[in-house]
Amino acid sequence: MVKQRKAIALISGGLDSMLAARTVMDQGIHVEGINFFTGFCVEGHTHAIRGQKHAKPKRNNSLWVAEQLGIKLHIIDVIEEYKNVLINPKHGYGQNMNPCLDCKIFMVNKAKQWLVENDFDFIITGEVIGQRPMSQRKGTMPIISKQSGADDLLLRPLCAKYLPETLPEREGWVDREKLHDITGRSRKAQVTMAKEFGFDDYAQPAGGCCFLTDKSYSAKLVDLWKARDNKREYELDDIMLLKVGRHLRPEPNFKIIVARDEGESRFLQGYRNEFISLLAESHMGPMVLIDGNPSAEDLHLAAQITARYGQGKLAEQVEVGIRTQDGTIRMIQVKPFADEDVLHGWHV
Amino acid sequence: MNKQTLNARRLLCPIPVIRTQDKVKQMQAGDQLEIIATDPGVMHDIPAWCRINGHQIISTSLEDGEYIIVLQVGEDG
Repeated sequence: MVKQRKAIALISGGLDSMLAARTVMDQGIHVEGINFFTGFCVEGHTHAIRGQKHAKPKRNNSLWVAEQLGIKLHIIDVIEEYKNVLINPKHGYGQNMNPCLDCKIFMVNKAKQWLVENDFDFIITGEVIGQRPMSQRKGTMPIISKQSGADDLLLRPLCAKYLPETLPEREGWVDREKLHDITGRSRKAQVTMAKEFGFDDYAQPAGGCCFLTDKSYSAKLVDLWKARDNKREYELDDIMLLKVGRHLRPEPNFKIIVARDEGESRFLQGYRNEFISLLAESHMGPMVLIDGNPSAEDLHLAAQITARYGQGKLAEQVEVGIRTQDGTIRMIQVKPFADEDVLHGWHV
Repeated sequence: MNKQTLNARRLLCPIPVIRTQDKVKQMQAGDQLEIIATDPGVMHDIPAWCRINGHQIISTSLEDGEYIIVLQVGEDG
């Protein structure tokens, strides 16, 4: 009896990994998906945080892709291990704080570990030569294969014809002729293939599926480290809070996080026992958190900013409650900042 | 039939899904898991995860701002 070969596919939730998995499934291979949660994934959290009116459909794209393909999906928490990838990337960062090449090597390596533990035969990714400037170039393909330890167990079905034969091709588990020869940044071939497969709904995130490719998010991360004596460390809550609200740093010793809508206010409310928080009492307004060690004067300024972003922004006086982590609330009256008082340089 | 509860309050998706997945791995077919969460995303993501992994949703409800999902572990889980 011929052994049923099994492949584990890295599923990001985007189109390429979906097409790669489907290409191999069509050759009779049993495919299951794997998705790594680093903490920086765009998926999930932002849906929960932002208000309903801003929210896209509340779906996790990797789960959705797995469902479209009819395959199992294993979501793996790599938050702790990923810290070293971000803090010490051997191959450096891309345009922002994105360590794309190290990230890919890390994920393929994790997939290889999973493969060994679960007795699978090879790994599939949706990589395309020339698709991304840092991690998906012809020169990086062998680096990823080698440094991840996957070597010839790593098959890229979308551009396989431009790459050396892998084990599943050599062994005849998959037919190389039925694999693809896609290169470059154009999405035309993928869109055509999606149509052929009958996929008419798929995610195409412009900056990938990672917050670290985002300029504004990266600036906030760098600011966070700078404010903590350049200690390049973080916890999950730190990186979650960088996804939420307006961040203003009037002084090096403290930062103000102002919720932008009701959803963000609700989310920040969950951190009131970890941070000093402010909320206008006389008028409707956003939840505000303070990160750092503010003086009494700084708290007054934070209250004026809190008032500025609420419905009392044109009022003479706004009453603001300053709540410490132990639940003690002190009320103060402040004059809201005018727009020009909130200095542009404060925005992180 | 064994019934267990998973506290996923304050966790944001996909972490409740990951915790569910890890818990289910330790359970037997036919066992039930009650997940209590505060992220509304679980109402979409956990049923989707169950569908693709062969588990069955027994009930979903919203009580006092908490989302409660009961699933039954499938044979092929």
